[in-house]
Amino acid sequence: MSATGWLGYQWNVNIVGRTFLRVQRWQVEQRVGGPARWKSEYLTPPLTISPRAKELVARHWLEARYANLHRKVAWVTSGAPVELLKALDFFVIYPENHAAICGTARVAVEISSEAEDAGYSRDICSYARTDFGSMLSGKTPVGKLPKPDLLLACTNICQTVLFWYRVLARHFNVPLILIDTPFVYYDEAPEYAVQFVKRQLEEAIPTLERVAGRSLDERKLREVGRLSRMASQLWMEVMERNDHRPAPITAFDQFTQMAPIVEMRGDAATVDLYAAMLKEVDERIARGIGAVKNERKRLLWDNLPIWYRLRYLAEFLGEHGIAIVASTYTNAWGELATMIDPEQPFESMARTYTYPILNRGTGHKLATMKRMIEAYHLDGVILHSDRSCKPYSIGQMDQRDRLIRDCSVPALLLEADHNDSRCYSEEQVANRLAAFVEMLR
Amino acid sequence: MTRDERRMTVSRGVCALGIDVGSTTVKIVAVDAGGDLAWHFLEQADPRVEDQVARLLDRARKETSQTSEVWDVPLVATGYGRKLVRQAGRQVTEITCHARGVYRELAHGGTLVDIGGQDSKVIGISPKGDVVDFSMNDKCAAGTGRFLENTASRMGVPLDRMGQVALAASDEVSISSTCTVFAESEVISLIAHGVAVESILRGLHRSLIRRIVAMIRTVGLVPPLMLSGGVVQNQAIPRMLEQETGEKVVLPSYPQLMGAYGAALIALEMRV
Repeated sequence: MSATGWLGYQWNVNIVGRTFLRVQRWQVEQRVGGPARWKSEYLTPPLTISPRAKELVARHWLEARYANLHRKVAWVTSGAPVELLKALDFFVIYPENHAAICGTARVAVEISSEAEDAGYSRDICSYARTDFGSMLSGKTPVGKLPKPDLLLACTNICQTVLFWYRVLARHFNVPLILIDTPFVYYDEAPEYAVQFVKRQLEEAIPTLERVAGRSLDERKLREVGRLSRMASQLWMEVMERNDHRPAPITAFDQFTQMAPIVEMRGDAATVDLYAAMLKEVDERIARGIGAVKNERKRLLWDNLPIWYRLRYLAEFLGEHGIAIVASTYTNAWGELATMIDPEQPFESMARTYTYPILNRGTGHKLATMKRMIEAYHLDGVILHSDRSCKPYSIGQMDQRDRLIRDCSVPALLLEADHNDSRCYSEEQVANRLAAFVEMLR
Repeated sequence: MTRDERRMTVSRGVCALGIDVGSTTVKIVAVDAGGDLAWHFLEQADPRVEDQVARLLDRARKETSQTSEVWDVPLVATGYGRKLVRQAGRQVTEITCHARGVYRELAHGGTLVDIGGQDSKVIGISPKGDVVDFSMNDKCAAGTGRFLENTASRMGVPLDRMGQVALAASDEVSISSTCTVFAESEVISLIAHGVAVESILRGLHRSLIRRIVAMIRTVGLVPPLMLSGGVVQNQAIPRMLEQETGEKVVLPSYPQLMGAYGAALIALEMRV
């Protein structure tokens, strides 16, 4: 890193950028703080911690913009063992999170089209297409994405990442580390599968160290592991508080508040944020405040959110007194918290990153949903059949039937796509949702 | 059914109205205090929904001999255009309305298939009349009345004779495409190859019915199997549905009006 680069980074990020974000947060806090300005008559205003969460995420993307001046950058999949990279001081970018930002900013279709024009099929995951589009055109709502020095893909979320990251590796001409996590067919992963993942992690170290230009400090790795575990536990506790009636937050709030647990896991600021969030959620419970003002029915959401229609769905359901209380998606970043053992980093990372819900059978997901219906006292389920996410959507028709039969709750299969609004039929979705709401009466 | 037959003499006072603004037709139904059908009217859907609804409500008032100056009969709207009916006290989906109408008329639960102009639904109705599950056609017009309408127009067969012609066919060809637009191209190609119109028509009906049967499987067939919606006028539909499912199909007296009738029944509850 050159002295000019260091100075440029300090000026842009720590002096100008951070001050700007602080002012922006203060302005938003004034708005959120004033209930008179909150327009929805059905939904409680967002948590007062929201502007702080937003600032944290904005700061991450601000740092990203200038990261190449200052640090080594790694692009990783959402289920990657990020603790290793954090311990080696990589700045970590999650293309999936970036794609979700494009989705909520409603520019994902425009950016995906860049990839489609280059020949990538519309049958490919819309996150991957958004990433390719951004890579090819430079278009992004976050200013600028830093170029990666290293890529790390873990197959525990899908097989698409395998090919997706090969495309990135060819384009950027940087090393790609691939962690192959064997699928867990039954309740437990066989020991040889865990050892297989552990060995891959250990074998990745020389490449990681070479690119990072430093040696792995095991003490730092343990510290990152400890922070990662704490943040995941706090996030889980925030979600578990929704067993209260009325639920203090909805899954839509969780969708917007989950970015730090995905892209800033292992940072102290993330732990602080979720600790403060938990405190505020507890205050809401003590005061009997629900996220949906007149909570009448409680539902489970399965699969990724429909990023470009979050607000519409929250308001439509809120208007009918329906709170989406839990989701298998947000749950995935908390349920494995206790597996992280900072004292046995490689062993526990291998286990934790082999067990995500998408790396397990459809029966496991069904069992998870049944457990959540019980734990959160739910009245029904919405299963988002996500055209882009095949591993998440496969089995949903049978899961729906089993939930109706075994749990005696109504369940709706809603066809859409997490990022591609061209796969979303406004009227059909509205009609199905309205009929489902009438059924819940 | 001729237009004159679509009307009934009003024998009792009208207490509630239901309007079903569908993609192909608009249906309006009036019920008396006991929830019996007192008057109804049906006409082709007009793209200017608001004007058409205002006109139909005016007609309802005149034909049901409303003498009162204040037209305070509760109205519930259903169908894809329900949100455009500003006069309605409530807007309710076709799922709930069809289930309500059919349950009232047939007095039992079961599996209701409603084949409309632009969407089809399968509705599971409990013995108490509640909707317990439903399934709708995908994001395209496959499995709906529009599928037959589009392809039949290519063959020059009038809509009201389609079922008859299909049933008269001695054999049928398989139509592989379920997409309405692609099926049309397939039909053109079959005609060009000299395949008999009757056989093509029968194949088209089979294709539609199989889509419906797939939807029935999603919900799970709990007999009796009931049928509503405008497409029921096509006699090949109930017949072929019986063949494919092995279940006898039960029809209400006015299959096409069940959505509007259910809406009127909900409106009647609002009055109480």
